[in-house]
Amino acid sequence: MTDAARPRLRRFLPVGVLVLLALLPLGFEQYKLYVASLTLVYLVMAIGLNLTLGYAGQISLAHGAFMAFGSYGVAILGQRGWPVEVGLAVGAIVAFACGILVGFPALKVKHHFLAMVTLGFNIMVFLVLRNWESLTGGSFGISGIARPRWGLFSFGSDRAYYVYMVGWATLVVGSAYWILTSRWGRAFRAIRENEMRAEALGVSLRNYKLMAFAIGAAYAGIGGALFAPLLGYIDPGAYTLDRSIQFLMMVVMGGLGRFAGPFLGAILVTVLPEVLRASEGLYLVIYALAVILMMLFMPKGLVGIWDWAAGRRDAGAQPPVPAPPGRLRTG
Amino acid sequence: MALLEVRDLTKHFFRLPALSAVSLSVEHGDLLGVIGPNGSGKTTLFNCVTGVLSPSAGQVRFKGENITGLSADLVHRRGIARTFQLIQLFPEMSVLENMLLAAQEREGTLLGRLFRREDGGAADRAMELLEYLGIAGLRDTFASNLSYGQQKLLDFGMALMSRPEVILLDEPLAGVNPTMIKSLVGHIQALNAEGHTFVVIEHNMEVVMSLCRRIVVLSQGERIAEGTPAEVADNPLVLDAYFGR
Repeated sequence: MTDAARPRLRRFLPVGVLVLLALLPLGFEQYKLYVASLTLVYLVMAIGLNLTLGYAGQISLAHGAFMAFGSYGVAILGQRGWPVEVGLAVGAIVAFACGILVGFPALKVKHHFLAMVTLGFNIMVFLVLRNWESLTGGSFGISGIARPRWGLFSFGSDRAYYVYMVGWATLVVGSAYWILTSRWGRAFRAIRENEMRAEALGVSLRNYKLMAFAIGAAYAGIGGALFAPLLGYIDPGAYTLDRSIQFLMMVVMGGLGRFAGPFLGAILVTVLPEVLRASEGLYLVIYALAVILMMLFMPKGLVGIWDWAAGRRDAGAQPPVPAPPGRLRTG
Repeated sequence: MALLEVRDLTKHFFRLPALSAVSLSVEHGDLLGVIGPNGSGKTTLFNCVTGVLSPSAGQVRFKGENITGLSADLVHRRGIARTFQLIQLFPEMSVLENMLLAAQEREGTLLGRLFRREDGGAADRAMELLEYLGIAGLRDTFASNLSYGQQKLLDFGMALMSRPEVILLDEPLAGVNPTMIKSLVGHIQALNAEGHTFVVIEHNMEVVMSLCRRIVVLSQGERIAEGTPAEVADNPLVLDAYFGR
């Protein structure tokens, strides 16, 4: 193999593997296919939170709420006869706008204070969902959410809908990669690494922090929009703070600020409970213990294992998102 | 018209004055030294000029425009770059990425930075500067893995990346070994000869005296002297400030 071919292979190999892996569950039985579908929802959500928290360093405990915008967008507009895609777009846009709104406190407060602000927002959204019965159906939620249909072709079956979700997940993964390899991605990481220096080099903390929140929220909205037709039924209970914490766990356990992090985190959070199901009552105990041990011994998340296994003593030798080869002219 | 003009700049921390009505002006092509004992307000002066702190009173004018109280990113985009006394880098980004980040925000729009992929020669310029500073071989190394001296050089290189009109260096030589002091001083002089404007805070008197053409002396937040190195060295007020009466 020539040296020139190697980077191209390195770039497309993961894509090929991912596509194959994504299509593998089509051969699964119904329940496993459902778990795989859920993993896709979580993947989309986790990519959003990883952008906000992992790359830009802004903690958010509101991703459950952003997710709700997408789910309710699809459900509410679906009741009025609009296609899923319109609900998804509206949900993502509303989430984007609310992301900007929630991002404003991030300009003033950091870390656990920001966590508190976003947590408050999540609770607020939950209360609105529960109490605005005429729109959201209150605690009963909305049922009979239809799956997408393109003309005569319907994504009604579980398998067809799974393929539909893979399509959206691919779009999300691709766009996230595109954003993170742009100058925005670099500015996000600079803010995470050293906010004061970033600002002194001309990085507008306001613009980039708001965008990090808004884009992360929009992805959560898309995740939520895919989630609603998967179940066919939604209620406010799915969008509580618990959900936000679950997403936080996913990106932290996968590996913050690493592109592979959300993939590993989403798979871990959906698959681990299934594997542990055999232990019955002990399931939650083992799960919690695993999380604690991981954070103690693998603070870099599952991606850290990869670094270690790849023999990179210096885990920092590789930038979190390798610049696409040939894009940077390096003289 | 002076390139950078500071008029009666004052900064209080609560009631404690850190800067009291300090004025100075920097002409194009200057190499101005700012000296003074510890706590005399040198870094506070830099912080107030570059928008890291917002001054309590007074004015900062750059190319005739009043930039007092602008946030640090806007000051940088106007063309004032700086280094920090305690090195400030992006530790988990490569040397090259540190350099590229330093150049990417000066021009263009926010959306342009998302959609435009070609870098307008920034990577070439970064490599050129890294070659010049002798750390080009470290381009893919994380900044956190550099030695102290290499970090200083990178910090310096980042300040140059955006082609600023004025560069404020906050103790560029502190903690640097004699060989590297020599090379850094050489870089500053050479760049100054090419027309770059510098304001340098430095404790190493020998270096300041030989490097700078003009020196401003601060003591307890006040400007107590200004002049050529020889004038400043003979000024009894300056000797008082450093050694006490």
